[in-house]
Amino acid sequence: MAQRDQWGTRIGLVLAMAGNAVGLGNFLRFPVQAVQNGGGAFIIPYLVCFLLMGIPLLWIEWSIGRFGGRSGNHSTPFIMDSMDKRRFWKYIGVFGIFTNIGVAAYYCYIESWTMSYVFHSIIQTFTGMSQEEVAAFFVKYVDIGQSTTGIPFEAVIFYLLCLGLNTYILSRGLSGGVEKVAKIGMPLLILFGILLAVRGVTLGNTGLCADCDSRVGMNFLWEPQFDKLMDLKVWFAAAGQIFFTLSLGMGTIQCYASYVRSKDDIALNAMSAGWMNGFVEIVLGASIVIPISVGYLGLDWVKENAGFSMAFQTMPYLFNQWGAFLGSFAGVMWFGLLFFAGITSSLAMGTPWMGFMQDEYKWSRPKSAFTFGLLVLIMGLPTVFFFQEGFFDEYDYWAGTASLVIFATFETILFAWIFGINKGWNELIQGADMKVPAFFKYIMVFVTPLFLIIILLGTLITPKNGDWEKALTEKYELDHGSLIGKLTHSNIVANRSWFSDRFESEVSGIVTEAYSDQTSHYVVISDETGQVIKTYSQPLVKELAVSAGDKVEIATPLFRGRFVNPIFYLDLSRIMLLALFIFISMLVYKAYQKRQKLKRIPL
Amino acid sequence: MTTIALVTMITVQVLVTFICGYFFWKILTAKPKPEPDSYSEE
Repeated sequence: MAQRDQWGTRIGLVLAMAGNAVGLGNFLRFPVQAVQNGGGAFIIPYLVCFLLMGIPLLWIEWSIGRFGGRSGNHSTPFIMDSMDKRRFWKYIGVFGIFTNIGVAAYYCYIESWTMSYVFHSIIQTFTGMSQEEVAAFFVKYVDIGQSTTGIPFEAVIFYLLCLGLNTYILSRGLSGGVEKVAKIGMPLLILFGILLAVRGVTLGNTGLCADCDSRVGMNFLWEPQFDKLMDLKVWFAAAGQIFFTLSLGMGTIQCYASYVRSKDDIALNAMSAGWMNGFVEIVLGASIVIPISVGYLGLDWVKENAGFSMAFQTMPYLFNQWGAFLGSFAGVMWFGLLFFAGITSSLAMGTPWMGFMQDEYKWSRPKSAFTFGLLVLIMGLPTVFFFQEGFFDEYDYWAGTASLVIFATFETILFAWIFGINKGWNELIQGADMKVPAFFKYIMVFVTPLFLIIILLGTLITPKNGDWEKALTEKYELDHGSLIGKLTHSNIVANRSWFSDRFESEVSGIVTEAYSDQTSHYVVISDETGQVIKTYSQPLVKELAVSAGDKVEIATPLFRGRFVNPIFYLDLSRIMLLALFIFISMLVYKAYQKRQKLKRIPL
Repeated sequence: MTTIALVTMITVQVLVTFICGYFFWKILTAKPKPEPDSYSEE
């Protein structure tokens, strides 16, 4: 028997919604984006995009959710179905369940790393390790064949623990599970963030290198390069950052908001959750990773290595500099903070599936939560086992990037142009505890959809290196990372079949070395000047197909034997995502048939 | 740090903290709606 879910308190809802938005990207993606896109000047396009796209989309998603909840719909397929008489919208709504399961599959894996690193910080695994050793520890951790603690399949065990915890909390419902975690997790996250940010800002000159000074890092991050404001790439980066940091286009906001009654506020709730995410990102996120890294490793190192991997491959080494106890404590705070950021988001990802199964199939909460865990496990285990083969990145692109932009574009058009802005606006201001400025009505109709269509086109046909300036004024070349480039595997020039009896060179040049040792064969390819372009190695069971002095072209065989090429894993991950989408669509179709029998079709 | 970097950082961070605090304070002080409302514990 399905139980009716409800929020316990308004603060709990706002914290859960803010927790849904706050993720690892607030601490890792934002500072890197700012550094690469104009430093302090990045904040201008960032805030403009927040105003013209972030806030309107937040309001649109809250309004859609509450509107759907009124008719007993708590997930996007039938919420969207109830907004227009054309019946295909429910299949667009499938994205609102699909992306969550697809993203949770790999997101829970990252979350499990943070859990494991809290454990390793407590037992002081990183004490005394060099930067290289800390980086190597991570590589060893994600290599399933190796163990860092002696526990076999350690990464898998932490993944299962993390998923089990998520499933259990989800089975406790909104007020008894999700909200309780948000009420504990968000204040702790902010507290840990403040403590680490204070340390980052006050670290000063450590004397470890010429520019090892946290102030140099902050200067690097905040010095405004106003000339960059004319660069389209910077605006794309800001729009993308706003979009992903607010967890827009996922279907989670609609699901959370669907449990709010019509007379209760959504406008102020959305603003509060949105700005709380901004606070965590701009104030805390900008004051931890970059200042501390520059303080110990210098600006040049950070310029070369700034990225997501710093969280796991660098931060434990930096905390080591504070001594064994403080280093361990800082590690617990840092990875604890990331864990809370992660779990408040992954819990949100479970609720659309649960809402759908409870609404349409009358499943109980535990049964819905358990099946969510099972689906995530089926989808997620390949990301654990084939992490090095690129499974993880494919999920991240298709479920965690492309799908969100597609879904958000459709839902905005539905809300503003088909459902109608007047009805949508009335939904937003009903019960509002703040006066919503009227000009947002026009922004929702014209500006936000335009922003999204531009982002969608930008994702579809990204020019080489994201350089729009060059693409528009000189020559347009498709980037390998664009949607079309990804779809056609444009970056893969050799070894394009799933299985083969030869391994081909991906570059052209001259074989300067071809030799074997006790474990592997090696082929070193260099250019005409002797500069090494690429080194290949294969186990001894394969055969060398070239010898030193040979000239090779792209697709020239280097080794012979039986090979499973990386393209196989990439295509397999896509097939799995497609199968998931079809599976959910079938469930939606079956639910629709049930509704027809019960005459529950609106409009 | 250069003066402009310092001014940018302080201005932006203070502004964002203030706006975040303002909206959260408004939530805390908003009058609850008559029962039945959306919240089981209020």
